[in-house]
Amino acid sequence: MAFERKHILGLEELTAEEITLILDTTESMKEVSERDVKKVPALRGVTVCNLFFEPSTRTRSSFEIAEKRLSADVLNFTTSQSSVVKGESLLDTARNLEAMGASMIVIRHPMSGAPWLLAKKLDSSIINAGDGSHEHPSQGLLDLFTIRQLKGRIEGLRVVIVGDILHSRVARSNIWGFMKLGAEVRVVGPPTLVPKYIENIGVKSFYSLDKAVEGADVVIMLRIQKERQDSEYFPSLREYSRFYGLTREKLRCAAGDVTVMHPGPINRGVELSSDIADGPGSVILEQVSNGIAVRMAMFYLVASARSSG
Amino acid sequence: MSILIKGGRIIDPSRNFDKVGNILIEKGTIKSYPEDIKKLEKDSAIKVIEAGGKIVAPGLVDLHVHLREPGYEHKETIRTGCESAAAGGFTSIVCMPNTNPINDNASVTEYIMLKARTEGVVNVYPLGAITKGENGETLAQIGEMYEAGCVGVTDDGMPVMNSKVMRHAMEYVKAFGIPVISHCEDLNLSGNGVMNEGDTSTLLGLSGIPAASEDVMVSRDITLAELTGTHLHICHVSTKGSVRLIRAAKERGVRVTAEAAPHHFTLTDKAVAEYDTNAKMKPPLRSEIDREAVREGLRDGTIDVIATDHAPHSEDEKMVEFDLAPFGIVGLETALPLSLKLVEDGVLTLNGMIAKLTHLPSAVINIRKGTLNPGGQADIVIFDPERKVKIDRERFRSKSKNTPFNGWDLKGVVLYTIVNGNIVYSV
Repeated sequence: MAFERKHILGLEELTAEEITLILDTTESMKEVSERDVKKVPALRGVTVCNLFFEPSTRTRSSFEIAEKRLSADVLNFTTSQSSVVKGESLLDTARNLEAMGASMIVIRHPMSGAPWLLAKKLDSSIINAGDGSHEHPSQGLLDLFTIRQLKGRIEGLRVVIVGDILHSRVARSNIWGFMKLGAEVRVVGPPTLVPKYIENIGVKSFYSLDKAVEGADVVIMLRIQKERQDSEYFPSLREYSRFYGLTREKLRCAAGDVTVMHPGPINRGVELSSDIADGPGSVILEQVSNGIAVRMAMFYLVASARSSG
Repeated sequence: MSILIKGGRIIDPSRNFDKVGNILIEKGTIKSYPEDIKKLEKDSAIKVIEAGGKIVAPGLVDLHVHLREPGYEHKETIRTGCESAAAGGFTSIVCMPNTNPINDNASVTEYIMLKARTEGVVNVYPLGAITKGENGETLAQIGEMYEAGCVGVTDDGMPVMNSKVMRHAMEYVKAFGIPVISHCEDLNLSGNGVMNEGDTSTLLGLSGIPAASEDVMVSRDITLAELTGTHLHICHVSTKGSVRLIRAAKERGVRVTAEAAPHHFTLTDKAVAEYDTNAKMKPPLRSEIDREAVREGLRDGTIDVIATDHAPHSEDEKMVEFDLAPFGIVGLETALPLSLKLVEDGVLTLNGMIAKLTHLPSAVINIRKGTLNPGGQADIVIFDPERKVKIDRERFRSKSKNTPFNGWDLKGVVLYTIVNGNIVYSV
C-alpha cells in the first residue's frame, strides 16, 4: 500500500495498516543509520522547520538528526528566539516559515490541537512532535517499533501504561498505537490522574500497580511532571513513588520477559528505581536510537505522499 | 407610516391567539385587527405587506446578548448588534454588563441607553453587574442602575463565588423588583477547562469542565432563592443535573425561571472534534444525555425561555490554539431556524416555540413586550417557517462571524422585522 497522508498529527487517525507501513519503513531507515555514511538523499532540497514552543532537547535533536540523515535543509525555530515573545500568533509565525520555503513543519506545542490549526490553514506538511496533553505520535511509533523488534509482534501483548494518564500525550499515542495493532492496553495511576472516561475508548483502568502489572509483557512508565507535585493531584512525590513507582518487587507478577519503557527524561527514584532503569528488561536507550529511524520513516512517507499528489 | 399586514397566520401565545387575519399598524402601535380591508388596501398612505402563508408573531425577545460596547467595538457595537438582532427577527434584546468598563454604575447604563436610542434599531434593555467590576465582592450601584434602565443584575461570565455576597444581592434587588440572573458555574471546578469533560475532552487532551461545575451552582442559587424569595433566572442551562434541579425547585414553588441556548439544544461536545474554536463557549457543549435533558426541559416547561447567548468574537481572536480562543459564539441570526428545528423534531409546538421567544422572556424581566395586544407598541416579526436557508456567515449583519452552524441547511427565514411600527429589516 502507499502512504497517502500529508500530515502526521496523531495515531488516532492512522489505520493499523498505515502504522504497520511506518514500522516496516523504519526497518529500512534503521539500516541507513547503521551504515558508515549515514545519509540518503530522500529530502534533498526540502526545507524542514522544527518549530518548538516547549524546551525539548531530546525530541528536537532526534528530529533534527532524522532530517539531516535524509539530506533536508533544517531550520530550527524555538520560543527563546521566536517572535512569539513579540505577540505574534502561531498561525502568523507558521505562515512566515512557509513563506521562507519550509514545506514540512515539525511542531511541539504546550497546547493540545495546535498542529491541527496549522494543518487546516497551511499548505506545508505538519508533523506533530507533541501537542499539550493530546498526542506524541513519533514517541508512540518508536515504542511500537521497539517492542515489535524485541518481541516479534504487538498483537496479544499485555501493555500497561503507568502514571499521569490525564495529562500525558505519550499515553494517548501509545493507547491508540498498541490498541490498533491488537494489544491489550491497561492504564494505572492515582484516580486523580486516570480520567474517568478513558475506559470508553477500550482500555482497562486500574488504581493498583500490583494488579495492573499482572502478566504484563510491556510496562510503559510516564514521566511525572514535577510541577504537578505541588497541585492537588497527589499529596507528595514520596507518596506517589511509594504507590506508583516501579520496583523489582512490583514487577514480580509481570511476565518473565517483561520490557520496561520510559519516554525520558527519567526522574530516578520516582517513576523507576535505578536497578530497573539500568536493568536487563529496560530498553530505554534502545528507544532513543530507534526514535531517529522512526522519524526518518515518517518524513520519508509524508514526502512521498506529497510528491504523488 | 401606516402598515397593513395582510392575510398572515397571526400567532400571539400571550393571548392564546392563533388565527389568519390582518393587522393595521398606525403611529407605531397596533391599531386594530381589521376584517374588511378593501378600503385600507386602496389607501396609498398605507404600506401593504402580503403575509399569506407566513407567520406573523410578536417581535422576538432575547434575554442574553453581548453587545460588547463600550470597550470591545472590534467584536460588535450596539449598532451592529441591533442590526444582527433585527435580521434574526428580534425586536427587544437584553445586553450583558461585561463590557469595558463594566456596566456596574448608572453612567455606563446611561451610555448604553443613549447609544441604543440613537444607533440601535431594536429595543435594548441592559443588565447591570451584581458586584463592582464583577469582582464578586462588593455590590454594584444596583439601585441607580435600575433607575437608569437596568432590568436585572448578573455577573455573567464571572459568577459570584461568595455565597454570602450572592445572598445579599438577592435580598437587595427586592427593593426594585428586578431578578437576579445567574450564570451558574463553580470556577474552581471549571479550573482551566476549555470544553465539556467527557469522552471527547479525554481524547483531545483538552482540560474538561465537568457538568458538576454548573450543577453545584444551580443548586446553591436555588437554595438562596428559596431563602430570599427573590426571582432567580438561570442562564443557558446545559446539563441534565441543572434541568432536574430546576424542575424540582419549580415543583416546590421556588421563584425560578430558566433559559436554554440554541447551541445547547442542537449540538454536543462532539462538535469540538478537530479543535473547532467556534464550538468553544461557556457553558460548553455537553454530552448527548445533557442535550436530550435540555430538550425535555424545554418540552415540559422546566426551561421557560430560548435565549441566544450571542457572544461575538473577531476572527483573529478565534483563529488560535483552542486553549487560547475566547469562549462564545454568535447566535442572533441562527436562533429562529434552530428553534424551528425543535418544532420539526416534535419537541415544541410552533406556538410553544414562539412563546419561549416572546412573552415568556418578557415576563422574566417584567417588560411589556412579546405580545400583539391592540393598542400596544407594534413590535412584530413576519417569517416563513418553511423556506429553506443555507447558513452563510458572510451574510451576517453581526460584526463577528464565529458560528459553528456555517453551511447548515435549515428552514425558517425572517421576512420583516418591525419595531415601533417601523420596518427595521426586510429580507
